Amino acid sequence: MKALEVQDLNVFYGSIHALKGISFHVNQGEIVSLIGANGAGKTTTLRAISGIVESTGQILLHGKTLKNVKTCERVSLGLAQSPEGRGVFPNLTVMENLQMGAYSRSDKNEIQKNLEHCFILFPRMKERQKQLAGTLSGGEQQMLAISRALMSAPKVLLLDEPSLGLAPLIVAQIFEIIKKVNQEGMTVLLVEQNARMALKISHRAYVIETGKVTLEGKGEDLLNNDEVRRSYLGG
Amino acid sequence: MQDFIQHLINGISLGSIYALIALGYTMVFGILQLINFAHSDVYMIGAFAAYYAARTLGIDKNPGVSTLVILLIAAMAACSLLGFTIERLAYRPLRKAPKLNILITAIGVSLFLQYSGQVVFGADPKVFPAVLEDSVLFTLLGVEFKSLDLAVLFVTLVMMVLLHLLIYHTKLGRAMRAVSTNMNVAAMMGVNTDRIISFTFVVGSALAGVGSVLVGMKYPKIDPLMGMMIGLKAFVAAVLGGIGNIAGAVLGALIMGLSEEMVVGYLSSTYRDALAFGILIVILIFRPAGLLGKGGVEKV
Ligand SMILES: Nc1ncnc2c1ncn2[C@@H]1O[C@H](COP(=O)(O)OP(=O)(O)OP(=O)(O)O)[C@@H](O)[C@H]1O
Ligand SMILES: [Mg+2]
Repeated sequence: MKALEVQDLNVFYGSIHALKGISFHVNQGEIVSLIGANGAGKTTTLRAISGIVESTGQILLHGKTLKNVKTCERVSLGLAQSPEGRGVFPNLTVMENLQMGAYSRSDKNEIQKNLEHCFILFPRMKERQKQLAGTLSGGEQQMLAISRALMSAPKVLLLDEPSLGLAPLIVAQIFEIIKKVNQEGMTVLLVEQNARMALKISHRAYVIETGKVTLEGKGEDLLNNDEVRRSYLGG
Repeated sequence: MQDFIQHLINGISLGSIYALIALGYTMVFGILQLINFAHSDVYMIGAFAAYYAARTLGIDKNPGVSTLVILLIAAMAACSLLGFTIERLAYRPLRKAPKLNILITAIGVSLFLQYSGQVVFGADPKVFPAVLEDSVLFTLLGVEFKSLDLAVLFVTLVMMVLLHLLIYHTKLGRAMRAVSTNMNVAAMMGVNTDRIISFTFVVGSALAGVGSVLVGMKYPKIDPLMGMMIGLKAFVAAVLGGIGNIAGAVLGALIMGLSEEMVVGYLSSTYRDALAFGILIVILIFRPAGLLGKGGVEKV
């Protein structure tokens, strides 16, 4: 079953043709990675899926088109994103950020359960719940961004470079948690420059170069692919 | 000393009126990075709405708390509706346009309201209805506490408390704060950002409506250009406090009101208006982001 399917996605920023017909899909229960160099179009792809930038082509969530669905309505259809640069609300507390994640939900009990689950995954968030998000460390902000996305109880989780600017130990922790969330049933679309880490935990992956998919395959196969090794894994 | 305390009370009372208007500038700026030049004219329309409401209801010579409440409601309703409409018709279509285009539109809307006001209401000043009996409620240590000043303080205080509760203790307020720090991410969380922006205009305009009745009560002469000077001062107050920052707007407004009153009291009323701009220039030199403003707002 395809949870998310993208067909022939095109995005323009003014005259810049950032995505030139990207197609890929994520099956239910998979972790799929998009890897690629700076400026390849990974973030743009996620922004198009969330509806932040306009795109042509098809985006299907559980077989239903997202055409004409506003960004804010995509959340209740089961889409959540932890954006590039984390995008935590710095002048809101950790708890308020998490509540923002649950903005589109109304069932208090379910939200509470979800919150407790987040606190189990990220105990640090529980300790820091009254702290302003802007005063968290980079790693903590990343944890918050992921927890906040989980607070909408999504069916598909989009993660944009969760490893960005973090120490290797924290990166390992975060990837451990992504794996765990996935094992609990979450479908994950992961965008990463840290190709090695991403490919290790991914079922499948796509390589994006200047707005096009140039390679796809199983995570482990790509890890051993000569071209991928040369371009993205440092030889 | 008594003199000083009297000036203090007057200054705080004036400052709270500036605060009510400054909040509208700062809230809209916080969310859209737009200086809503039409805000001062929304304030003017509030005064006229109260004026006509009082005459229509036949309570224009009937001062009392009930008149105050009715006029506040009339002005707030008219201003909210106008603020909502301006955003919807003039600013929303330009959401993705360059900031300068929106700024010019704001000036256009402001002029449109001023000239329409002159056509519809007439250019000559009108006498605002008597809202409250002007009397000395009590004297403490030789300082007179007048009904009008206390009413201004009380009404402003109630509005500030309500605004604080709204912004810091409701889901809607949380969404307003989220939208003003990062609109795209707020939308990703499921916030209908257009609706939050509309709501921000409604709240800011309603506060201007409150200000207009309080000003009309204290200085009962209204005309279609009455918004210009007070709007400018409220705007300066917002910049002084750090535009976009709610507590800053209140702080800036109190500083403005107090210094204006002190200048009038101890120097000369000639310098009253020059002061506002003097303050603006000095602040912009030493603290470009305002007293409580942050240096550069980080945007993802
Ligand atoms: N707002 C924008 N305006 C104009 N061009 C943009 C904008 N955002 C991205 N681009 C361009 O689109 C292309 C794809 O950018 P994108 O951010 O999607 O890359 P990325 O793969 O996420 O890169 P990185 O790994 O550095 O985050 C780049 O050439 C970039 O310069
Ligand atoms: Mg990116």
